[in-house]
Amino acid sequence: MNKLKIFTKGFFSENAVFVMLLGLCPTLGTTTSAINGLGMGLATTFVLVMSNIVVSLVKKQIPDKVRIPAFIVIIASFVTIVELTMQAYIPDLYDVLGLFIPLIVVNCLILGRAEAFASKNNIINSVLDGLGMGLGFSMALTMLGAVREILGSGSVFNIKIYEGDGALVFVLAPGAFIVLGYLIAFVNRLQKRKNI
Amino acid sequence: MEYILIIISAIFVNNVVLSRFLGLCPFFGVSKQVETAAGMGGAVVFVMTVATIVTYLLQKYILISFNIEYMQTITFILVIAALVQLVEIILKKVSPSLYQALGIFLPLITTNCAVLGVAIIAVQTEGYDLIKSTVFAIASAIGFALSLVIFAGLREQLELADVPEGMKGVPIAFITAGLLALAFMGFSGIA
Repeated sequence: MNKLKIFTKGFFSENAVFVMLLGLCPTLGTTTSAINGLGMGLATTFVLVMSNIVVSLVKKQIPDKVRIPAFIVIIASFVTIVELTMQAYIPDLYDVLGLFIPLIVVNCLILGRAEAFASKNNIINSVLDGLGMGLGFSMALTMLGAVREILGSGSVFNIKIYEGDGALVFVLAPGAFIVLGYLIAFVNRLQKRKNI
Repeated sequence: MEYILIIISAIFVNNVVLSRFLGLCPFFGVSKQVETAAGMGGAVVFVMTVATIVTYLLQKYILISFNIEYMQTITFILVIAALVQLVEIILKKVSPSLYQALGIFLPLITTNCAVLGVAIIAVQTEGYDLIKSTVFAIASAIGFALSLVIFAGLREQLELADVPEGMKGVPIAFITAGLLALAFMGFSGIA
């Protein structure tokens, strides 16, 4: 697999949210607006790239039987770094994302990439994989956040698009499920067309 | 009365899956059959209750007394990972068929954010004491199991329905979940 493909597969063919359905909790829980989705996506990307680097560096030292706990400790360390940094420098976003920041540690996307990719590949490929997957994840979260923000509060990235407040249900829980359902159906359709 | 309020609120009003968005991977992953859904629900009830009690004690007597609360994420996830391993070993001995049925999702309870999420909500966001934390954990887990079983029932019916081509599989499952969440929103008046 060439380097470009390792990087770009995270955006479309193996997109974490739309295709592999990984990391759904932050996907639905934090995307009440486009900016929140983007913030969550970038925080996850940082953890993903860093943990991929460390896992690919220490993959030979970790005994096979304890690899999962070892990966989790590595991921948890980077999550703690992100948590403390965000609390110090962007407290507003930290308050909005709240519980979902410590929960990056149990995002199946990150553990999944550590297990499926970084523990078998060299460091450069692992960085590319982490970046691609992370940015693809951020893209999905931003898209979902933008759609929910437009429908639910009539604005996107806090810029007003139409008058009025929109349908509140799209900002609340049910809207998250329904919008993601339609987005996945849309992506499926695009992929089918490409295959033909 | 206070406890009844915690229970009702955790099961219906702030349902872990449908309103807090925790534990969605197993929610979509093991909800194709009611039977496996119930097994998963049972495993989560056990793990979540024990995990919340253990993490509460850890937080109170170790992290706070040594002033190392920033270690919270790392310690909590390790405790939960160990507990899941324990449940896996027990289940393998006691009920091999259920162990087979749950397959990959049992080790994945470790990365079930509902378990870690409920533990953090109990000790940090809500600041419950030990008994309230335990009640909250049990109720949350029951809420998780309840929504999982209902959703599995809906999906079993959905197999027979005539769904448009593009919506088959995952998309229609999400929309069903959305409607279920809408139904659970109806409970928000009672708290």
